[in-house]
Amino acid sequence: MSWEPVIGLEIHVHLKTRTKMFCRCPVLYVETPNTQTCPVCLAHPGALPVPNEKAVEWTILLGHALGCEVPDRAIFHRKNYFYPDNPKGYQISQYDSPLCVNGRFVVPGPDGDAVVGIERAHLEEDAAKTIHVGGAEGRIHGADRSLIDFNRAGTPLVEIVSAPDIRSADDAKRFLQLLRQTVVELGISDAEMEKGSLRFDVNVSVRPAGTDELRTRTELKNMNSFNFAAKGIEREVRRQIEIYESGGQVEQETLHFGSESAPPLRSKEEAQDYRYFPEPDLVPLEPDRDLVERLRTKLPEAPAARIRRLEQEVGFALAEGLVTSGRDELYSRIPGERAAVANVVMNELAATGVDPARVNAEELAKVIERRTEIPRSAFTDALAASGSPDFSADRYLAEAAIVDVSELDPVIERILSENESQAEAYRGGKEGLLGFFVGQVMKETGGKANPKVVSDRLREKLEA
Amino acid sequence: MIDTLRLTAEEATELLERKEVSAAELHAAYREAIDERDPELHAYLCIVDEPEGEGVPIALKDVISTKGVETTAASKILAGYKPVFDSTVAARCKDAGLPLLGKTNLDEFAMGSSTENSAFGPTRNPWDPSRVPGGSSGGSTAAVAAGLAPWALGSDTGGSIKQPAALCGVVGLRPTYGTVSRYGIVAFASSLDQVGPVAKTVRDCALLHRTIAGRDPLDSTTVDLPEPIEVPEAEDLKGLRVGVPVELNEADGIEPGVAESVSRTIDLVRELGAEVGECHLPRSVAFGLPCYYLIAPSEASSNLARYDGVRYGLRVEADDVRTMYERTRREGFGDEPKRRIMLGTYALSAGYYEAFYGQAQKVRTVIRDEHAAAFESFDVLVSPTSPTVAFELGARTADPLAMYAADVLTIPSNMAGLPGLSIPCGLSEGLPVGFQLIGRQFSENLLFRAGHALERALDFDFVPERLK
Repeated sequence: MSWEPVIGLEIHVHLKTRTKMFCRCPVLYVETPNTQTCPVCLAHPGALPVPNEKAVEWTILLGHALGCEVPDRAIFHRKNYFYPDNPKGYQISQYDSPLCVNGRFVVPGPDGDAVVGIERAHLEEDAAKTIHVGGAEGRIHGADRSLIDFNRAGTPLVEIVSAPDIRSADDAKRFLQLLRQTVVELGISDAEMEKGSLRFDVNVSVRPAGTDELRTRTELKNMNSFNFAAKGIEREVRRQIEIYESGGQVEQETLHFGSESAPPLRSKEEAQDYRYFPEPDLVPLEPDRDLVERLRTKLPEAPAARIRRLEQEVGFALAEGLVTSGRDELYSRIPGERAAVANVVMNELAATGVDPARVNAEELAKVIERRTEIPRSAFTDALAASGSPDFSADRYLAEAAIVDVSELDPVIERILSENESQAEAYRGGKEGLLGFFVGQVMKETGGKANPKVVSDRLREKLEA
Repeated sequence: MIDTLRLTAEEATELLERKEVSAAELHAAYREAIDERDPELHAYLCIVDEPEGEGVPIALKDVISTKGVETTAASKILAGYKPVFDSTVAARCKDAGLPLLGKTNLDEFAMGSSTENSAFGPTRNPWDPSRVPGGSSGGSTAAVAAGLAPWALGSDTGGSIKQPAALCGVVGLRPTYGTVSRYGIVAFASSLDQVGPVAKTVRDCALLHRTIAGRDPLDSTTVDLPEPIEVPEAEDLKGLRVGVPVELNEADGIEPGVAESVSRTIDLVRELGAEVGECHLPRSVAFGLPCYYLIAPSEASSNLARYDGVRYGLRVEADDVRTMYERTRREGFGDEPKRRIMLGTYALSAGYYEAFYGQAQKVRTVIRDEHAAAFESFDVLVSPTSPTVAFELGARTADPLAMYAADVLTIPSNMAGLPGLSIPCGLSEGLPVGFQLIGRQFSENLLFRAGHALERALDFDFVPERLK
């Protein structure tokens, strides 16, 4: 029997609004602990939430990008649970009336599109950060004491829940990359995993291929990169298939991933009863329909569409790489042979860390066009400098390249005449000596000649 | 010599304006009265020694956050807690120049109808100290009745202003839900809580309501008032259509003395020119109380979750956080909050939500609709505020259901979000009887006009006999 993975994702994205979700405290991650707080986000008696309009607007914008409907009315609910990072004893979240529902997100792949349903995108507030001191593994159990930093408490968070429509670890990774890029391009979040501004959980089950049953799923948590997630999913899919094939049953559990080296910790989470009920301190959100429509028109071209467009020019892998790394805009600005430009933008230029938005595309194009004619070092120097305001290609090309054969010839001839015995040996079959001559010429020209041109010319002369 | 037992806030304002007394002298007179009578009554939990403001002093129920002044909600779990911010109503009083006399006693977290549930001891009724003042704003109403404050603010969830106002022989308004900010009010049941004025006269009530009412950007559930609050001048009730809901006026447990006093008042309403007719609120009265006791505890169970010993208030140390939570809450909360937290947690639990909380919310819509239908034929609905006069301390403490029944007449209109005014309308067995006037949403001005005309005609002496 062949098996098919059934994968669903739950993604949390921090919105980079100026202030928190329900109070006026600034959203800042760098300050000393417990300095960005007020009675509302510390849950002092009587403090009341007031929703951040910008956060609502951005969630609707994201909803549009995910192809969601924006219902006339959305409701905040209270999700009740006790934990020291949850100051009110409840989190203000959304339950059965979220801001965005029924979306559809197209994820291009090498063999066609994966269409992933978006069940919902809702707005909620983040918890505080807890640090457990002493005891084992920084967990609350067994810690000597726990410290709480409320700077993060109440920062706006969008939760996106996909339908279980994803069928491979690769597609899951693609989905995450594309979603991340979408959010970044909308300008609503940094979506950086290292900073915790993008987090995700994965639900994994498998079923006999071709059926539509939904079997027991496991939840994969705390994975800190998309690649790691893809590996984790693959491993989990294999594990579940092995269990079924050996006649066993998969148990519902959560896999907590700590570091890439350690195996995940498994836990059985009791189904928590969060006692959701409509937040009585807030009135229902009824987004202005004109605003909803206006936001729709603000959407930039979707990353998925750009991947398909660029695929025609440079093939799928480069197109996907360019778009999901946010480098396709630069790629499009640089004239020249498309594959060459794409490769340089994705590889050498990316390695320099130069901000793509600052690159002088016209000048860089000249360097890329003549990249085989100039020394490697000059090329990388040019790339590294391409973002500075006074970047000029001529300087690198002129300074670096001796491409004119007429300039090279006298040098080559002198070297050959000074090393006649080696030249004879070469002609006698010791072709490895070519490297010796190239080295001599390069030394004479102070490294400014293009080694490829030099070796071509040398071969011509020696074999003449 | 200032007679704080008789002086109304309006008269006090005039004395200040005419510079016949200074704010300091006025304040000192109330301090003297407090020193004299509060040891017996225990209306106050905390007295402010150096108040600011040149106006008529005020007392605030101890659920109203006051910056730097202890705010305990009469709970051990908040003993010693001093807010770092003013509630919006406290700030508005401050802006109006009203010096704070002190914070008044209440049932813990405003849960109760007698002020006996205070963790710091009960308040006694100025008309008879062996009896309760009602509750939960019993401290505020007792303080006003005993001349320990010219006016005060209370809060009302199921009847916590109207019922103690009735039992203490003072005037109390529960405003339309959404007209007074809840920002900084220690929450009990958010969808029902509303702050309102307590005073000796309807005009004082209107003056104080004008000070505190109006939209607050810090409370999303507040709205702009459709019209400014006016101080009433009316002398008659001509043209007013007054409905007498049969189910509220003939409910089980209404004492004969109360019924008689209310019925005499209804005759007076007619004499003042109003058209009086019967109407019916069968479902509101039958289901109001049970639905209230699902919704209010549900919200309370969530609102009281923040008292966890982590950030402020009581913490009972333990080796792990779960045990710390348990010990703190076990020692910090009294029986009534615990009872309601358990009720509410249960009503919100998976599998019960639809049958309890969900159903109660649906019934609330029915109650709203039933009231709206009555207001198609009438402008004001009237009834006793409380089925009984003030009862003896301890009489109902062993029987929570009997205590809950004290609010049976105030809860229905509260569930509908409507404003209600209680004015004293006479005595039964020497104790005050309250007359409840219920209006449409935002009809406070109409309630004040009707209440004022009636108050003039009733000529009730608000000074307790034993203090004369």
